[in-house]
Amino acid sequence: MKHIKTLNGATLKQSACSGGCGECQTSCQSACKTSCTVANQQCEQQK
Amino acid sequence: MVHTFTALDCPIALDVNSGAVHVLDEMTYNVLRQVEHYESLPDTCPERVVQRLPYSPEEIDEVWKELKELEQAGLLFVKSDYIDPEWAVVKDAPVKALCLNVAHDCNLRCKYCFASTGDFGTGRKIMPFETAKAAIDFVIRRSGKRHNIEVDFFGGEPLMAWDTVKKTVEYARSIEKEHGKNFRFTITTNGMLLDEEKMEYINREMKNCVLSLDGRKEVNDDHRPTAGGQGSYDRIVPRYQKLVAGRGDKEYYVRGTYTKVHPDFAADVMHAADDLGFKNVSVEPATGKPGDPFAITEAELPAAKAEYEKLARELLHRPDINFFHFFVDLEQGPCVIKRMRGCGAGSEYVAVTPEGDIYPCHQFVGNEDFRMGNVHEDTFDQELANQFNALNIYTKPACQECWARFYCSGGCAAGGYNVNGDLAEPAYVACELERKRLECAIAMKAIRSGLAD
Repeated sequence: MKHIKTLNGATLKQSACSGGCGECQTSCQSACKTSCTVANQQCEQQK
Repeated sequence: MVHTFTALDCPIALDVNSGAVHVLDEMTYNVLRQVEHYESLPDTCPERVVQRLPYSPEEIDEVWKELKELEQAGLLFVKSDYIDPEWAVVKDAPVKALCLNVAHDCNLRCKYCFASTGDFGTGRKIMPFETAKAAIDFVIRRSGKRHNIEVDFFGGEPLMAWDTVKKTVEYARSIEKEHGKNFRFTITTNGMLLDEEKMEYINREMKNCVLSLDGRKEVNDDHRPTAGGQGSYDRIVPRYQKLVAGRGDKEYYVRGTYTKVHPDFAADVMHAADDLGFKNVSVEPATGKPGDPFAITEAELPAAKAEYEKLARELLHRPDINFFHFFVDLEQGPCVIKRMRGCGAGSEYVAVTPEGDIYPCHQFVGNEDFRMGNVHEDTFDQELANQFNALNIYTKPACQECWARFYCSGGCAAGGYNVNGDLAEPAYVACELERKRLECAIAMKAIRSGLAD
């Protein structure tokens, strides 16, 4: 494409197929304790 | 839903429902910005949009074809109908994470402390091992089929309850296999009581450790004096450096708080990274009820956003430094189901006090309206837990309109309650800061990948 460069694809949609195991980290347990960010966490199934 | 934005001078489009991210040229950015609220793209650019733009119809047509191509490939204007909001509703969720407040006491008197300088307004106490043991038994009983169990030693200052910390780790390790569990311990400390033995133990047993430091000496010492009014920087920094040097590749964060009094946090992050050598750094805004003298409020938002942008520019060419909020995994982050529900406070995640009382998270401790039970009595208010279970991006009205909902997963329930008196109404200031951090993080990825300048 001339005008658009794709950085990454539809990863969120793809994750719906295999997600939901509940084994991943509780977001507040990492470094924040006062805000909520989940996008920087790892999926346990991808490790 | 598409979100177009510019961060670090980089024009970007995020397709909210699919997670796809595109780097745009200026013309495409200006075209897409006009139609980002559309549910889908018509075959050609609407005439009224064409007339608003300073480009020829031929130029717009060329851009439009590329946008349509992405839409047809499932990378733009993806609908949310592949998501079932019911996925986010977990009834009687297992409890799998504990914030163990082993010490309701502290040897620092941080001016912005949400825990009333350590005791949560409930009197200074240390958790006896019997209570910690009951908490471990509680989470084993309540965690169902979950294998990974997280326990964060918190306070107050958890090193003031060191004996309890060690006995708790040893107890949990002694029974985890027979129950099919894997305990992951973390500790959040102010560093004042760190010594060789504690460092070695933390580096051996703790999956992550969070080391509190507010950056530059003058900032840290103003924010974080000892009970005697002395600065803490000179005592804690060498200890943190020694601990980190012995940590190998295990996780850690040097974590600070910025406030209305010291809002120029980019300099504090760079001080921790460059002058002190810490590679994993995080800072958070001070939070509090309206009128709090330290909390970042709407008035400080423009300056705080500018600081994040400044920090992003400084860190852009420093991949060796991991700033917590600029690390966003676009490819292998959590699944969309996790992203609908967030931290799990009050359902999967609870805080336990030295008396064994259970609260939805550390930020609710001491608020009797939110006391959920007690680990000694094995009581747990499932009705209250289900109120928290029901919180997700589909039950919080503000989230349904927000492009960042799959990255913060609805924000902090305690933050919403403290600011708005409503668990389901996220704190606006926190949301605005989160959106800014995410824009910076995505732009940094785009530029680092070579797709943008």
